[in-house]
Amino acid sequence: MFGFQLDSIPELDHEYYRMEDYQSNIPRWCPGCGDSAILTAVQKLCRDEQLPPEKTVFVSGIGCSSRFPHYMKTYGFHGLHGRAFPIAQGIRIRRPDLHIFVNTGDGDCFSIGTAHWIHAVRMNMRMVVMVHDNNLYGLTKLQSSPTTPEGFKTNTTPRGAYMRALNPLTVTLGITNVSFVAQVAEWMPSLLAQLIEKAYHHPGFAFIRILQRCPAFAPTHFDPMITNPDRMEMLVHENGMVLDDTMARIYKRQIEHDPSNIHRARELAEDREHVPIGLLYHNPQVRQYCELRRPKHVMTIDRLRENLEAEFDKFSVVPQAEKVA
Amino acid sequence: MSVNVTDSARETTGTGKHIVDVPEHIVEIVSDSGEGAQKAAQSFGAICAKMGNGIWTVEIIPAEIQPPPRSIAGASGNRIRIGSFSVTNAGDQADLVVAFNEQVLLGRVQSGNLKPGAIILLESMWRDHHDPEVVRLYTQTVAQLEEDGYQVKEIPMETECLKIVENPRKGKNMFVLGMLCSIYQRDLQLARDQIEFTFQKKSQKVIEANIQLLEAGYNWAEANLDVCFNVPSAHIDEPQIVVNGNIAIGLGVMASGMEVCAMYPITPATSASHYLSDVFENVGGVVHQAEDEIAACAFAIGASYAGKCAVTITSGPGKALKTELIGLAVMAEIPLVLVDVQRGGPSTGLPTKVEQGDLLSVIFGEPGDAPKIVMAPATIEDCFYSIITARKIAETFRMPVIVLSDANLATGQQLFPRPKFNEDWVAPPIDQSPVPEGKKPYDWDPVTGLSERFIPGRPNGMHTVTGLAHDQNSKVAYDNWINQAGCEARSRKLAAFQKTLKTPQVMGDPEGGDLLILGWGSTKGAIEEAVMRVRKDGLSVSSLHLKFLQPMASGIGDILRKFKQTICVEINYSDPKDDFFTADNRRYSNLAWLLRARYLVDVDSWSNVYGQPMKPGDIEQMIRERFATP
Ligand SMILES: Cc1ncc(C[n+]2csc(CCOP(=O)(O)OP(=O)(O)O)c2C)c(N)n1
Ligand code: SF4
Repeated sequence: MFGFQLDSIPELDHEYYRMEDYQSNIPRWCPGCGDSAILTAVQKLCRDEQLPPEKTVFVSGIGCSSRFPHYMKTYGFHGLHGRAFPIAQGIRIRRPDLHIFVNTGDGDCFSIGTAHWIHAVRMNMRMVVMVHDNNLYGLTKLQSSPTTPEGFKTNTTPRGAYMRALNPLTVTLGITNVSFVAQVAEWMPSLLAQLIEKAYHHPGFAFIRILQRCPAFAPTHFDPMITNPDRMEMLVHENGMVLDDTMARIYKRQIEHDPSNIHRARELAEDREHVPIGLLYHNPQVRQYCELRRPKHVMTIDRLRENLEAEFDKFSVVPQAEKVA
Repeated sequence: MSVNVTDSARETTGTGKHIVDVPEHIVEIVSDSGEGAQKAAQSFGAICAKMGNGIWTVEIIPAEIQPPPRSIAGASGNRIRIGSFSVTNAGDQADLVVAFNEQVLLGRVQSGNLKPGAIILLESMWRDHHDPEVVRLYTQTVAQLEEDGYQVKEIPMETECLKIVENPRKGKNMFVLGMLCSIYQRDLQLARDQIEFTFQKKSQKVIEANIQLLEAGYNWAEANLDVCFNVPSAHIDEPQIVVNGNIAIGLGVMASGMEVCAMYPITPATSASHYLSDVFENVGGVVHQAEDEIAACAFAIGASYAGKCAVTITSGPGKALKTELIGLAVMAEIPLVLVDVQRGGPSTGLPTKVEQGDLLSVIFGEPGDAPKIVMAPATIEDCFYSIITARKIAETFRMPVIVLSDANLATGQQLFPRPKFNEDWVAPPIDQSPVPEGKKPYDWDPVTGLSERFIPGRPNGMHTVTGLAHDQNSKVAYDNWINQAGCEARSRKLAAFQKTLKTPQVMGDPEGGDLLILGWGSTKGAIEEAVMRVRKDGLSVSSLHLKFLQPMASGIGDILRKFKQTICVEINYSDPKDDFFTADNRRYSNLAWLLRARYLVDVDSWSNVYGQPMKPGDIEQMIRERFATP
């Protein structure tokens, strides 16, 4: 009766979805852009989990990375700069049936969208969040972002960025109700896929910061990490990320980290020498705002009538028969 | 309709007092914050309504929560206009004022809210105060007021109440209610019932004490006061609702079947969300307090996108923050109901005071062309029904609908016939069946621009909505004709909606005349009352009130051209007419700009930003002056 009805969603005959079933439009990212690797990882997840495209929504803000929904053959909402989270929350509040993903950039999430980022973590509404962090503003042609390293030259910081970069991991891990924090790089496809899958199964707000190359504006920026795998610190655990033999051979710096330990997670996030890769924190017990606000009643005509009539009565005056003074 | 020389006096049998018959009276009760003047006034209003009078009550609100006691700017209370007719506005100056101290009273006197010679019932405890400065201020003020011709009656409220309760600060208000019941010959049993209703959540002891105070006030007035008025019944005999405009909006949200309200607190809009927070969950709704207005609006748009048409309630500064998102809802064609309870601007402005200053900004505020529907309720009843209409239009036309209320409606209470729930209020269900092959997410009808929306969950309807210029498949536009086509399609929807609107009716002479007063929103009652008064004296004056400001109904231009002069009366800023402001630089009031631009008629402005509701008397005076100096 009242807009979308959860209980009257048509059931389609089951069909098998292939990768191509999730592909739409040819991505317009620059050749070699790290966003493409993320797209592939996500399309694989959709296929592996057999997500019905009509029940899947990709929400984004504005930026190169935020074009993501246009390249998925699902529902999508390409929103406004910085505002992906509250849009996704609005979608979620009455739609527990949907699979919701958010793709955002470092400018989108950590600069113009900062307030929403903090509150979205705290509200812990179920969605997979991928921050495509290329350490700069891509779409607007190379300006500094909050995660641009000190000294890095951009068009607004031609003599190098003035301040130390913001550390999104320590911030996110410091927010009340944080429930899932991971970090990975798009040039590690198997780990990327593994963490996105973990995030997908997390009942809450699953935050993944993905280091992402921007060959157009910073072709060598991540080279030190790529050529020197020891800069990366692999957080491995049976409840977290696991490394196969190949990856274990490349990335020798490995630490056992139990993702339920938030204090250790915060310490690891603080490390300025190394880049932690893996699941830093995971707590599936944190309560979700959308669950707390789940309606106790279904709105029906009868319920509306009954309650409105009671409200009208509450505010009614019934004029009395006239009195003679 | 003010009290005038035709007042007749007669004598009662009981107390031997003279009862003065009056068609209406305006009563104000003012105190420091927290002394309960509002409760007394609201109860008095309800009792009058039960006795068949028309009423309008409006809150008198200081800017701070706890202004210093006994301060001129700290007056807190209510004005109640009771009439032997259906009352449509807060009226002119007060006939009778009850004041808990002389300073809050001075606030009302200095702002010109008292009629010359008005009756003042003043708490007299300050005469014996231990602080000689207080005593000096009090005696000086009383002497001055008397010299100025006011009828000051000093009343030992504190002393009388102390006979019943230990702390008269809580309870004096019911003593005052008792006095008013005597002065206006209200049925005391109705007053007792009202107290039981008001304090229903409190203990029996509290109720009894308040009834004792009521009776004490009544008896004291019967024995000691020689004023007595009779405002005959308006013969209203159907059940009526007494709520303020914000509660009416909350009721409207529920009645429309919307399930999601996303908001961020801002005066004077917040109480609508307070009310909803209390009751919305009972019908399956949710009020979401977001981290800011931007998030609130984005949340509402997200919910609407996902099939649950949502409302976001705010005031001017919040509306400003939502602007970019309103543009997104226009561009992506997502329904949205946005209520703007206007207050004084610009910037933080006058948070608790009325203004109608957001009209142009809601119509034109977004970057680029953002056609949307803008409507303004004129009465409390309208606040209720407008929301129901707004949701329907928003969903039918896939666009935001802005409802412009204001602080005057938000805090005013007026009677309207008790609605009966009607299934048609609720919007029809959304199609969830698989989307047929070949249908596009923006299959713009070439004439009306309308298209059907695909909600997530609908098989075969997958597409990405975007705030970027896009084609009928919602694909990002790279050809330059697409943006032109999209803008035209969205504008066509507005024109299609415009064709459903009826020409508003002229009050007065539809055939034309000397002067037409134009208004919109909460000023309707005051404008029409003023026009009626001058028409009685034969002046050729009519009025036209607009509910839809964007788009405007057909026929308005023709109406304007039938009058020699046309003038907008609004609560927003316009330049005065003087030697400095010339025809080249004078800035007009909001509606006047719109009418001048659309109809090429030389519409004038008469507007102000005192933050006060328009008084019919002031409009009347303006009209008379225009006729005196053509
Ligand atoms: C309100 C607003 N301000 C500014 C912009 C311009 N703008 C578009 S994208 C962007 C930054 C994008 O950087 P990031 O989020 O890091 O994404 P990337 O392009 O690097 O993927 C800016 C400033 C905008 N679209 N809207
Ligand atoms: S500018 Fe950088 S981030 Fe943007 S598409 Fe090109 S490579 Fe990717």
